[in-house]
Amino acid sequence: MKLRYFAWVRERIGKPEEELELPASVATIAELMQWLSRRGEEYAHAFENPKVIRAAIDRNHVKGDTTIAGAREIAFFPPMTGG
Amino acid sequence: MPIPISIRLQREPFDAAAEAAKLRRGRSDVGAIVTFTGICRGDEAGKKLRAMTLDHYPEMAETEIARHTHEAERRWPLLGVSIVHRYGRIEPGEDIVLVVTAAAHRQDAFAAAEFLMDYLKTRAPFWKQIEYAEGQSGNEMIWIEAKQSDDALAERWRPPSARPEAAE
Repeated sequence: MKLRYFAWVRERIGKPEEELELPASVATIAELMQWLSRRGEEYAHAFENPKVIRAAIDRNHVKGDTTIAGAREIAFFPPMTGG
Repeated sequence: MPIPISIRLQREPFDAAAEAAKLRRGRSDVGAIVTFTGICRGDEAGKKLRAMTLDHYPEMAETEIARHTHEAERRWPLLGVSIVHRYGRIEPGEDIVLVVTAAAHRQDAFAAAEFLMDYLKTRAPFWKQIEYAEGQSGNEMIWIEAKQSDDALAERWRPPSARPEAAE
């Protein structure tokens, strides 16, 4: 699974993207954030407040309870401040 | 017949007048063009800034902006749309974003431009980082936080049945 990180999520984790093998037990976006948090301090710091993290699957906004099965690219980022 | 829709993401400054001119050239059906330019101010949260840097998710920005221009087309009888969003380092006084809408009548051009800007502020994948002027907060770059007021503005375009009943 390709994971991409933006803004301060990227800064805290320390990389813009990575390819990871996800266990079958991780079924939703919320579960993926919890699983990532346990990978290390930098991930825990990035996801310490899951309520402010937004996600996209294959470039579409999704909610925490969205299942990740079939996704090719999952991105995590703070609320957007464009425009 | 499809209307001209132009969406560009770029580092370089843009020419708002030239973009608007493209939407009216050779047309006798365009009665209204609204051109909105978003500009980098010299202050943020009461402090002077030296520059802002925009991070972005390029592939998602294109699809997300296109989705909203098609939605605008569906809601209003538009005759053309042009959007340019810059990324990278931008200094006070420089342009950040451009929205141009063309229609036969002004109400549609105004409404569509406002709709598109409200969505660009909340759902286009860009993130602003501020470099404050010397002597303030050191040389730290601070990420701007999304404003609740922008979310509220975007929310008013949603049909009542689609609005969430409670905060998440």
